[in-house]
Amino acid sequence: MEFPEELKYTPTHEWARREGNRVRVGITCYAQQEISDVVYVELPKPGREAVKGKGLTVVESVKAAFDIYAPVSGPVTAVNQALESEPALVNRDPYGDGWLLEIDLKDPSEWDSLLGASEYQSQCITTH
Amino acid sequence: MLIDPSSELSFEKSRPGRTGCELPKDRFAAPAGRDGLPGSLRRKSAPALPELSEPEVVRHFVNLSRKNFSIDTHFYPLGSCSMKYNPKVNEWAAALESFSAVHPLQPEETAQGWLRIFYELEQSLKAITGMDRFTLEPAAGAQGELTGLMMVKAYHASRGEAGRRKVLVPDSSHGTNPATAALLGYEVVEIKSNVRGRVDLESLREKVDRQTACLMLTNPNTLGLFEDEILKITDAVHKAGALLYYDGANFNALLGIVRPGDMGFDVVHLNLHKTFSTPHGGGGPGSGPVGVKEKLAPFLPVPLVEKSGERYFLSLDRKQSIGRLKLFHGQAGMILRAYVYIRTLGRSGLKQVSEDAILNANYLKERLKKLFPVAVDEPCMHEFVLSAKTGEGKGVHALDIGKRLLDYGFHAPTVHFPLVVPEALMIEPTESESKETLDRFVEAFQKIKDEIDTNPEIVKTAPHLLPIERPDEVLAARKPILTFRDCDLFVLEKVGHT
Amino acid sequence: MLRTLGARRFEDLLQAVPDAVRVRDLSIPETASELELCRELEEIGRANRNTKQILSFLGAGSYEHFIPAALPQLLARNEFYTAYTPYQPEASQGTLQAIFEYQSLISELTALPVANASHYDGGTSLAEAALAGLRHTERRKVLVARSVHPHYRGVLRTYLEAADSAVEEFGFEKDGRFQREEFKKLLTGEVGAVIFQTPNFLGVVEDLEDVAEKVHAVGALLIIVSNPLSLGVLRAPGEWGADLAVGEGQVLGLPMNFGGPYLGFFSATKELVRRIPGRLVGMTKDRQGRRAFVLTLQAREQHIRRERAASNICTNEGLCALAASIYLTLVGKKGISEIGELNLDRARYLREAISRLKGFKVDQSVPVFNEFVVNSEKPFSEIESRLLAQGILPGAGLSRFYPEMKSAFLVCATETKSKADLDRFVRGLSEC
Repeated sequence: MEFPEELKYTPTHEWARREGNRVRVGITCYAQQEISDVVYVELPKPGREAVKGKGLTVVESVKAAFDIYAPVSGPVTAVNQALESEPALVNRDPYGDGWLLEIDLKDPSEWDSLLGASEYQSQCITTH
Repeated sequence: MLIDPSSELSFEKSRPGRTGCELPKDRFAAPAGRDGLPGSLRRKSAPALPELSEPEVVRHFVNLSRKNFSIDTHFYPLGSCSMKYNPKVNEWAAALESFSAVHPLQPEETAQGWLRIFYELEQSLKAITGMDRFTLEPAAGAQGELTGLMMVKAYHASRGEAGRRKVLVPDSSHGTNPATAALLGYEVVEIKSNVRGRVDLESLREKVDRQTACLMLTNPNTLGLFEDEILKITDAVHKAGALLYYDGANFNALLGIVRPGDMGFDVVHLNLHKTFSTPHGGGGPGSGPVGVKEKLAPFLPVPLVEKSGERYFLSLDRKQSIGRLKLFHGQAGMILRAYVYIRTLGRSGLKQVSEDAILNANYLKERLKKLFPVAVDEPCMHEFVLSAKTGEGKGVHALDIGKRLLDYGFHAPTVHFPLVVPEALMIEPTESESKETLDRFVEAFQKIKDEIDTNPEIVKTAPHLLPIERPDEVLAARKPILTFRDCDLFVLEKVGHT
Repeated sequence: MLRTLGARRFEDLLQAVPDAVRVRDLSIPETASELELCRELEEIGRANRNTKQILSFLGAGSYEHFIPAALPQLLARNEFYTAYTPYQPEASQGTLQAIFEYQSLISELTALPVANASHYDGGTSLAEAALAGLRHTERRKVLVARSVHPHYRGVLRTYLEAADSAVEEFGFEKDGRFQREEFKKLLTGEVGAVIFQTPNFLGVVEDLEDVAEKVHAVGALLIIVSNPLSLGVLRAPGEWGADLAVGEGQVLGLPMNFGGPYLGFFSATKELVRRIPGRLVGMTKDRQGRRAFVLTLQAREQHIRRERAASNICTNEGLCALAASIYLTLVGKKGISEIGELNLDRARYLREAISRLKGFKVDQSVPVFNEFVVNSEKPFSEIESRLLAQGILPGAGLSRFYPEMKSAFLVCATETKSKADLDRFVRGLSEC
């Protein structure tokens, strides 16, 4: 299982990648395995205000729905439209084509509070 | 072969020009008057309904019916669903034209028979539950819950306590409980179960407070266990000024044994399609009457049926009522069937129902617990929960065991519920089954247990002897095909003409 | 069996039930034999007057229609009747395929691409549609025509009040058509959904040209309540640009049954598929590649999402939906438009005949389907009791629904009425 070094993570299994103030968000490889076949991703409307730690959107498998929590606060600036027709991207390429959305980071200190790769990895091992 | 494997749709069998119903050709209106409907209000393109002759339609639906399990053909040990026999005299009564051909808005003096049935059923339900008043209007358990919680909300508001925003539910509750509470804007707070599978009193006392609107409880709970500390539970909740809601989906163990009203519940909903034998019809119609204590009666929905002297009437003008929930007065056809059921059994027969249901469940539990551990090993009420966790090593889940049972001619138990038991198999035999059927069921379980040890693959890929094997649910959810027009969105390799 | 349990008496199994709350005596009458009970039920039934004994012109949301003989026979198949909800698809292909066909039939009738497996009745399907519309638009107010069935509006209010949302109404003209000016005035950016019924409660077939455009322009959704039996001839909700279509399916082969069980149908555009409450059946393949049917998109539902579900709905009206499927499959493409024409014809004939009577007024300028308003000089209660004495139910008095319509009543004539029936009614009225 991969835990890319350049990403930040949340205890609730989201990853975040930062370019300037733009933060791209997805779910981790560990999370997609736990969820199994993703059949639908509910994408928020661009412009919606994300609040760190609050539910932002939902990923569905056949028999379950999983809340996705915002890793940082700020308006949603983009969503991954490709997931509408191909939700399986989340399983196939969780850190790449399976990204969910982008948030415009308002408070950089929130970024610093996210978990690093090794920290997150050790959490996955202990909870498993 | 006995069962036609074709899954051709009626739309695919359709041939232009056929019909299964000839209609009158004569027209009465003067020709000048016939064109009263402007073209702009007329349909532009005709709906593509199937075109089939009557014998084709009959064969189509009869063949479809043969691809179903049903209580009249199979044992259905589906926990929490009370799949009992549906007596045929109920259906005879419901088919009488003197009931079925009556319009809901007829003048009351021309519907006294129907109003009497409503009135009498309410009296019986009051006696059975110990509540003071019932509405028969809700269409199903979920609507009953909604009705009940609306009354709870209205009750607190009428006392200036609209600030009560929390609804407590045990972690073993039915999914509808939190869904209903959330629909009404309540915050849902879960109460933990203790090691004995009951509500943890300490956890309850901690969480119940002045912000609590009510506790929603199923008793016996979804593990089939009676909450033996029920009087302490109701006391703790009442002391905080909150109400007690009884989810009566599991009422089959209590007829003539104990009444929610006596246990301290303020609101109760019952499912006539479970305990009171109205047929499930492949998923409805149901009926979910709601009973309340006197203090909540002003909030009952409209209309209620009242009696004055020998005359029955509908009472509509009720100021504090939560309003109307259904187009008319409720699921009358189901209400009539339940009335017939209660009349058929009478006082001692009803009690016998629950006693037999409890006896059957305990017998089955005692025999099956030798194969799979039971969640809590105590005498149960009308149902119990096994854990199939032992099969995990072989990659076999509760779901697989349920599917394999289909091959042996038994419907699957409720699986993976309640959520508090890993790999749950929830089994409710009801009073309808004989000891011989229960013994055959145990034998099937034994065979499956052996298969898990010797040939787990056959269990994991079950069923093998039904019209289809496991359907691809991921495909169904990713690319939803919901009508026949969607069918050409993807090509099917075979249409069942094997 | 007790011996297997190691119990001596049945009571040993009830040790968890506190003695203080055990039932001592259940105050229910003792059992009746089947024969006695049948006699009793026939006796109670005689206290009703049914529409085979009296000539009924009552409609107002529940209708007397012809039911082909094959329908009740098929419906009574035990395998349909006594099956549970199709949670085990391998053991429920019959029910599942029938529901898939039902969804297809409703989608055809309403000219909208998706339909669900049904709701409790027309009123609750309207309330669920309004809630779905508000969730989709993230708004908290619906606008509804006052000419929508009063009971539908009642159910709507109950549900929306509970969900802390508002209902606002716009009125109708003297002839029964909705008031365009008031509708336009109230249609603001706060409104999440607008509700029309056609034919409306007063029987009028509404002209909804431009309505969808106006509703969509403020970002709201259009919900149309319709009579599915009229959709062989009347313009369909989808053809009017509706986003959601709902209504009562009792007219599709179900007896009036004193008000239930009925059938709430629900259809929607593709865009709203995830907002649809209740069960949906989809087509897929099994492990062998064979066609198979399953309940799908279940992650929207209560047993999965619990407090985050789209709705708390659990039970649908499976058997009633099956009845509607059988009905529509029997009458077919040809029959559905013929039945529509028959209803148009019977209502027009009756309306013309009543318009010629002294003491009664009907507006013949508005298009109707099978129901229309009659204004009378005499109070309706007087007319009703006189005709009832002759074995005729003249219709539904309107003052209880609209206090301003003092002596008006709603008359319905479906394909069940012969010319002699209609003439007998007109004669009866003329003698009032």
